[in-house]
Amino acid sequence: MSTLSERILGGPAGSYVDRVVDRAFAHDGTGVLAMEAYRQMGNPKPARPETVSIIYDHIAPANTSQTATLQNELRLFAAEMGFALTDIGGGICHQLMSEGRVLPGEVVVGADSHSCTTGALGAFSTGMGATDMAAIWAEGSTWFRVPETISINLTGRLPTWCEAKDIVLTVTGRIGMDGGTYRALEYTGDGATALSMAGRLTLCNMAVECGAKTGLFYADKTTQHYLAHYGHNIQPQKVEEGTYCRELCIDLADAEPVLSVPHRVDTVAPVTEYAGTHLDQVFVGTCTNGRYEDLERFAHIVRGKEVACRTIVVPASRAIMQQAAETGVLTDIIAAGCVVGPPGCGPCLGMHLGVLGEGETALSTANRNFKNRMGVGAKYFLGSVATAAASALKGEITSPEGAI
Amino acid sequence: MTLSGKAVCIGADIDTDLVIAGRYLRTKDTSVWAEHVFEDLDPSLAPRLKGAVIVAGNNMGCGSSREQAPVAIREAGAVAVIAPSFARIFFRNAINVGLPVIECDGLVCADGSTVMFSMEEGWVEAGGIRYPIRPLSPKMQDILSAGGLVSYWRNR
Repeated sequence: MSTLSERILGGPAGSYVDRVVDRAFAHDGTGVLAMEAYRQMGNPKPARPETVSIIYDHIAPANTSQTATLQNELRLFAAEMGFALTDIGGGICHQLMSEGRVLPGEVVVGADSHSCTTGALGAFSTGMGATDMAAIWAEGSTWFRVPETISINLTGRLPTWCEAKDIVLTVTGRIGMDGGTYRALEYTGDGATALSMAGRLTLCNMAVECGAKTGLFYADKTTQHYLAHYGHNIQPQKVEEGTYCRELCIDLADAEPVLSVPHRVDTVAPVTEYAGTHLDQVFVGTCTNGRYEDLERFAHIVRGKEVACRTIVVPASRAIMQQAAETGVLTDIIAAGCVVGPPGCGPCLGMHLGVLGEGETALSTANRNFKNRMGVGAKYFLGSVATAAASALKGEITSPEGAI
Repeated sequence: MTLSGKAVCIGADIDTDLVIAGRYLRTKDTSVWAEHVFEDLDPSLAPRLKGAVIVAGNNMGCGSSREQAPVAIREAGAVAVIAPSFARIFFRNAINVGLPVIECDGLVCADGSTVMFSMEEGWVEAGGIRYPIRPLSPKMQDILSAGGLVSYWRNR
């Protein structure tokens, strides 16, 4: 009996294995550094160029000439190497990988810490740095230490005003910022089975926030149905009992809307504790919460009303933006007075499209609230889409209970 | 080989945004990163890093996968980073760019005091007390000995 990580990586927890990397990707930020390392390695012939994606999301479109020049260099390099390039406006790398580029059982490495996101599809998906990525381009494989696993058993169903985001913030608060270091988080139970793919991606996305190497869900009927949409016919993975270093049980019915309070992701408190806190800006989007389901939920709450503070909404991919345009969700969001940004990371990393000013307070649906990240001297709370919507309408932190 | 340096003590859960802020990433010029290393944590740290041993708390280097973080520390002249635990991407990145990172529990040392260590012999010494360290995997040892993953790859 083994954990899903042990099965996919092919070794017991604690062992070191060399594994072929089925999918490798980098973005406009880490891609530049990986390109530099690759050149220093002597520009070898890539081992499996057809498995490599370069996705422009971090500063897309470019914000300065300096950024634009680096991005041009990476475009030429990707073409030279035969790597698939998704240019500006395509969306966030993790979202695009989840849109049919990652399959259950695969080993996936991204040059970005949130590469754990696609563990939601039953893959072993993790983040590494730029030089590791360059070596993967050259060799097509890398070494892994097979992680111990924390089992998170989800039961019950979420109250309508709560989301996967409230669960993942609660989990992060309970495990702590380093409680999952070197480990994998495996989500099981009837509550996990009942979660949508968007919810699962949200949960796995934030695994790294407690130090974990990845988060995983077993591929099931939901995964099968989700991937069929992208033309893949996959088989569910058999759920096995493994040996876990820790087990958590969470009843989704007990969930309440929560926030990560600045400047630590694991400082988690009920939204009600901070209700009334003035907000200068609300941001909805990112690889955590920029999916169609999120935009639809946000639109449902703000429809026919007007936001009371600067509100930025950034779809996680072009496909999501297009769907939101077709269904009218985007129109509702625009009509409510929100600014809609191009698909990508948006202001999450404080580089463009909504950087905060000194002394400002914001609420974001992202995954990190580190000091100065979204703007020097600013502070920001992390919360669910519903909390963001209810709060945007009042210009202050507001519980979504009753709003949906 | 025994190395030593003056301890520069920083706290726990130091994220890579604090090591090198996102606003300094859009360049390939490593001296920019060295100049601004730890700026948002304590702007007085950068000039103290030449020849220093950084002694951090748990979960050193959490957050973003940015490799500029260990490069900035290396370029600022630090000899090594010692912590009870590291975020795994930072740990891997540091080895890959040739920055020694040492997992060591219970190390007690005052800021500015001398810290000695030998990775080969597996110890760190401060205040007259010797502490054992967790050994690197053989592959990581080889990568670090080569001066980083690029040299390791070229030499193999």
